Amino acid sequence: MKQVLTGNEAAAIAAKLARVKVISAYPITPQTAIVEKLAEFVANGELDAEFMKVESEHSAMSACIGAAAVGARAFTATSSQGLMLMSEMLYIAAGLRLPIVMANANRALSAPLNIWCDQQDSMAVRDSGWVQLYCEDNQEILDSILQAYRVAEELMLPVMVCFDGYILSHTAEPVDVPEQEEVDDFLPPYRPRHPLDPAMPVTMGPVGVPEYYQEIRYMLHEAVRAARDKIVEVDREYGKRFGRRYGLVECYRSDDAEIILLTLGSLSGTAKDLIDRSRKRGERVGLVRVRAYRPFPREVLVKALEHAKVVAVLEKDISLGWAGALFADVSCALANVEGAPLLMNFICGLGGRDVSPLQIREALRAAARAAEVGEVKRPVRWLGLREKLVGLGI
Amino acid sequence: MIEVRFHGRGGQGAVTAARLLVEAAFLEGKYGQAFPFFGAERRGAPIVAFARIDDKPIRTRTQVYEPSHVVVLDPTLLEVTNVAAGLKAGGIVVVNAKEAPTGLPAGRLAVVDATGIALETLGAPITNTAILGALARATKLVSLDSLVRAVGNYFGDKLAEKNIAAVRVAYERTKLL
Repeated sequence: MKQVLTGNEAAAIAAKLARVKVISAYPITPQTAIVEKLAEFVANGELDAEFMKVESEHSAMSACIGAAAVGARAFTATSSQGLMLMSEMLYIAAGLRLPIVMANANRALSAPLNIWCDQQDSMAVRDSGWVQLYCEDNQEILDSILQAYRVAEELMLPVMVCFDGYILSHTAEPVDVPEQEEVDDFLPPYRPRHPLDPAMPVTMGPVGVPEYYQEIRYMLHEAVRAARDKIVEVDREYGKRFGRRYGLVECYRSDDAEIILLTLGSLSGTAKDLIDRSRKRGERVGLVRVRAYRPFPREVLVKALEHAKVVAVLEKDISLGWAGALFADVSCALANVEGAPLLMNFICGLGGRDVSPLQIREALRAAARAAEVGEVKRPVRWLGLREKLVGLGI
Repeated sequence: MIEVRFHGRGGQGAVTAARLLVEAAFLEGKYGQAFPFFGAERRGAPIVAFARIDDKPIRTRTQVYEPSHVVVLDPTLLEVTNVAAGLKAGGIVVVNAKEAPTGLPAGRLAVVDATGIALETLGAPITNTAILGALARATKLVSLDSLVRAVGNYFGDKLAEKNIAAVRVAYERTKLL
């Protein structure tokens, strides 16, 4: 049934529909409403789960690790500094191959303190062995969390479902909420392969000595890589049951495009509207949205991008002293591809700065100029930068 | 696409007002999107919320710069904010005030004493549901009936009754200037 829901409400309802057994979380803006809602579901009996209140995000992830190890379906949610505080345990969750699902409402990192949206937080933990999905709207948040448990439990890997803080977390819009029975058919109860159980003792987290550590890391790497096929397989089945599919990447009017915007998350919607307007003027522009960022969908991306003249990567994060994370990754993906497109990077929307159609238009114009002259002079640029404030253009 | 900007102070319910407008439009089979823009969140600080309504799904995620209509939940904001900034031609400014404010740029005004009505019906100066009654009356974006249903669905029993009263009384008492 369709309801008007915020992104946070959609995430909480998805966790409830997934019949999670343990929720452990620590409040942080803009995520807090997710776990508040789940606490309410547990308190009023709508959800049969243990809600573990803890003193920090580090403990929240530790509790999820313990819960998943004994065979409970575990869920948490966080943002920003909370994710940073969790980061030590994120690597452990992945290394122990525990299928925890987490919602991350993307928020900027301190300092300066900032509660608003960008994607620096989840980018900072992209190498932790968690599968990362980035959502464009609230429907996708709900659908992705349900899909995430299937991917997680079939591969024994944790999955992070990322969505833009405020821009989605606090935006109310129509969301189709599936029936519990339909979700139960899609997502059977979690059956751990090797639960921590005194009746059948196993060791989890022993020392990985030099003779074994590298092989264990290789197997984790291969498992994350295998998530590419699993995400597609699960998404296909979800599509059959619920009528909605997302894939690893979404291609929007990009088949014959000379200029392609490459995006992550909610700014894709604004950009699609702009693409439509540009197409009406006869400009051959399109958009490719990366949904699965880890594992990185190299093959489909190369196929989606290789015919373009210029690919303009718009992203809300920066590897300081270098470039945006997605830009660096797509550059790597296109290395050794003959006739690969020129690449440009536009850093935008940091710390809640609104990414307006005007800014995206500016990126398209710069990309069009690069296409004309056939070269890129300044690959990394900042959109909407108030140049006088930083001592430029005086 | 219709875009509405709400100006309020933290605690007056501007964010909920935007959401209830979208809920009412949703009940009429339309698509909607309601979202806040917070400063550093605190009670009493000026805040802005936005609502978009359309016949097709809404993808754009930027803030609203050229609103079709503007709603002002707190008359003291008129002194500190240019509430009519970017207002589209023919747009209506719906203001919570005892008397028609002066100094607003030329445009259509709708005035209602939402604070008085909120105190009368809710016993608290939370002006969001009253001002929505005025918005429905002035703009016809949603029907009074849909708004009453949306408010009824959103609030629990007792609060629903009082807030529906606020909507109805404000709908009656709104002055279109």
